Amino acid sequence: MSTEPILATHAAAPHGASHAHATVSGLPAPTAHHFVDLVQQEEAEKLGMWTFLITEVMFFGALFTAYTVYRNMYPEAFLLASSKLNWRLGGVNTLVLIVSSLTMAMSIRCAQTSKRGLMLMNIVLTGLFGATFLVIKYFEYSEKWHHHLMPGPTFNYAEFGQWGPQARIFFSLYFAMTGLHAFHMIVGLGLMTWVFIKARSGHFTPRRYAGMEISGLYWHFVDLVWIFLFPMLYLLGAHHHLA
Amino acid sequence: MSTHPGQPHVLPLHIYWGVFFALVVGTIGTVWVATFDLGPWNTPIALTIAVTKGLLVILFFMHVKYSTKLTWLFVAAGFVWFLIMVCITMADFVSRSWL
Repeated sequence: MSTEPILATHAAAPHGASHAHATVSGLPAPTAHHFVDLVQQEEAEKLGMWTFLITEVMFFGALFTAYTVYRNMYPEAFLLASSKLNWRLGGVNTLVLIVSSLTMAMSIRCAQTSKRGLMLMNIVLTGLFGATFLVIKYFEYSEKWHHHLMPGPTFNYAEFGQWGPQARIFFSLYFAMTGLHAFHMIVGLGLMTWVFIKARSGHFTPRRYAGMEISGLYWHFVDLVWIFLFPMLYLLGAHHHLA
Repeated sequence: MSTHPGQPHVLPLHIYWGVFFALVVGTIGTVWVATFDLGPWNTPIALTIAVTKGLLVILFFMHVKYSTKLTWLFVAAGFVWFLIMVCITMADFVSRSWL
């Protein structure tokens, strides 16, 4: 038996001291049979999420590129259109997302250090801040709707003088970019619900919390996108607005 | 610097709080700067602050600073590819008026 291949000790059937914990708690062995060890498995899980996030960089990147092209073409129109956005609400939402990123990072740290109560609280707070962001976004969207700034048949061209059609391009980009971002927030809230249910049932341990770690990567990425959306959309015309 | 089974790489709390306060200061700073008309400088300053905030999120909140070189390569490749898209597209649009 001593000549048994090394890989066999990593098979699902627990018979080594390192797998005793998994057997006792009734959870599946942490390392899947096709990985050499837990370190390799976690590396693969994180790289998998990063691969997805790179496709997200391309996804949002196409919109950022479109924004850059049109803003370069019509700088005055973009400045004027941007001044119609409420930078105070945008700024508050930026802070809300930063706080949610902190609570997300804290919840993972609590999983690493076996602080169950704090971990659950931080997951709930992350979800609540995410929901707060969406509520504020809803009020912003409804205000833009009532002022006829939603691109469509009732778009208020007169508001922008000679720059009506070009301002409409800005608002098309505004709704496409923030709408796509808001959709990602909704998906993130679903992820937080899943993380909370799993965390409450004791799924995440200091040995094995990759599900939380990669959900956190997604959440932080959505925050990262907003860090760029806020100055590009809201602050571009802020001095115009205050002048 | 990867995590080891049973021994997760736990960052000290002051790193998370430090990054958080830097992000808040960056947000307030970028709003404050945006209230002045600095002509062509508004956008470079806003983007510099945004890139700095983004790096803090990626390196510390997303733990990339403490990840393997392979993770670094993946992350860098994603953003370099994005920059290629923006640079080549803008090289076209900006130079059209030169003809």
